[in-house]
Amino acid sequence: MAFRIVAHCTNCWACLSLCPQQAIRAASPHFQINADRCTECVGDYADPQCASICPVEGAIIDAAGQPLNPPGSLTGLSPEFPTLSSTS
Amino acid sequence: MATTSQPTSTGARIALHPCYSEQAHRHFARLHLAVAPACNIQCHYCNRKYDCSNESRPGVVSELLNPEQAVQKALAVGAAIPHLAVVGVAGPGDPLANPDRLFATFRALAAKAPDLTLCVSTNGLALPKHVDELVKYRIGHVTITINCVDPDIGARIYPWIFWNHRRIRGRKAAEILIAQQQKGLEMLVEHGVLVKVNSVLIPGVNADHLQEVHRVITAKGAFLHNIMPLIARPEHGTYFGLTGQPEPTVEQLRALQAACAIQRGATGMMNHCQQCRADAVGLIGQDRGAEFSLEKVAAMTVDWQAAMAKRAAVRTAIERRIALNAQIHHLNRPALLANQGARSRQRETLRMAVASNDGRTIDAHFGHAREFLIFDVAPMGARLVERRNIDRYCSGPVTCGDAAPALSNAIAALHDCTLLLCARIGFEPWRALEDAAISPNSERAGEPIIDALLAVYGEWRKDVRHPVQTPATGLCA
Repeated sequence: MAFRIVAHCTNCWACLSLCPQQAIRAASPHFQINADRCTECVGDYADPQCASICPVEGAIIDAAGQPLNPPGSLTGLSPEFPTLSSTS
Repeated sequence: MATTSQPTSTGARIALHPCYSEQAHRHFARLHLAVAPACNIQCHYCNRKYDCSNESRPGVVSELLNPEQAVQKALAVGAAIPHLAVVGVAGPGDPLANPDRLFATFRALAAKAPDLTLCVSTNGLALPKHVDELVKYRIGHVTITINCVDPDIGARIYPWIFWNHRRIRGRKAAEILIAQQQKGLEMLVEHGVLVKVNSVLIPGVNADHLQEVHRVITAKGAFLHNIMPLIARPEHGTYFGLTGQPEPTVEQLRALQAACAIQRGATGMMNHCQQCRADAVGLIGQDRGAEFSLEKVAAMTVDWQAAMAKRAAVRTAIERRIALNAQIHHLNRPALLANQGARSRQRETLRMAVASNDGRTIDAHFGHAREFLIFDVAPMGARLVERRNIDRYCSGPVTCGDAAPALSNAIAALHDCTLLLCARIGFEPWRALEDAAISPNSERAGEPIIDALLAVYGEWRKDVRHPVQTPATGLCA
């Protein structure tokens, strides 16, 4: 049970200090979540913290590979706008 | 060792800050340190993915700095640009969403460059929580971006905020954000911090609402209101850019700024904003960021104490120059007053002559000008009346003895003008013009004509004690 940060991440640092397990580290080319530490915030918060502040759709995925913030969910733009939505 | 500390009176504090003083922005430089990457809200005019060195707009940076790098950069810039007066943090995210990085930077700067004014620009969401710390580090200037005081309008600008460990959306998000902004504004004013409010003018969204915003922030004691035009282009990848939200026209912006300026007891309006990048360096309107990249700064050795002494000397010189200009201006005042009734066809219209070679800026020496552009400036804007050709009276020492008739011809050609704007002017023609009740002004040398006309008109209005009103539009020939 762990989340993963993928290529859409812009390294904006917003998630890093919020993680109750200190599972996130600044890395190159993008931030990473230590799968051994990540608890998906269960027991700490009602919502996963990294995914609740992340400004980029598709940047954080769950164990099943599904984006926690799917295309259109943050910007209100439908996925037909390729500039903002995920196109991995 | 020269010791300087930050000025404490309001007048002294704004006199040094290029964003707070129209006068200061021509003399003192600012530096934006990009130490604050994280943001706690989303605005429809912002795209956190965008980063381009050719872009010039808020929220855009080329290099993110950690606090150590930021301090090193500030000290290097402060040594290379001795007219540096202000160091601000404005992003690329929200400074107060990065409190550790922000305050680590300010702590070090307060120790090594105590003469520099520190300032912060925030969306306001985390402001109430950090007011005490801002006051502790003597952050005398804070800018809050307030686009609305109505959550229904806010819901059309902010899709979400991060608040109390949750992402909140829609009207509720806007309601929380607005409440925090207003509370933060009140707390800062209570602590004597100068607050500038930035508002982004978004046609069809908050355009009709910003006068209300102006009224509210004025009542709460904001020091300055800066209404900026929305920047929304598809290539920026923002919601507004991609959905075809129109940007305001210059006329819309000026009309709104003017409407706010005439409100009773209104907060001052800032009309010289250039919407700088979050890593801008230098005078407003100028960006020397490329000279101070991480790599270049790392290679610089800086004697920060010597740099501070040099800044103090430069500051004294600039302040002396500003004071001198003010005196000259003061001496001219009786002439302006005497002129005003007799010359102006309408009470509020000022006729001005401009010496310009390129037709865009005040770039001509009075004695070398072959023609003058004659403008009528009124609250509605500036209008080019005509071009008047004259024989230039100054053609060098050979014909100098013949100058007198040509000078009187030039003065005759300007008989109906109250003011003359030129790049330079000699002592003798200055006197002759004044005797003819035409006030020469070379303080605006090099500035775009229209900006200079509107600025001088504003000063004239103040001098003749007309009700405060700002010209509404730009050039309409």
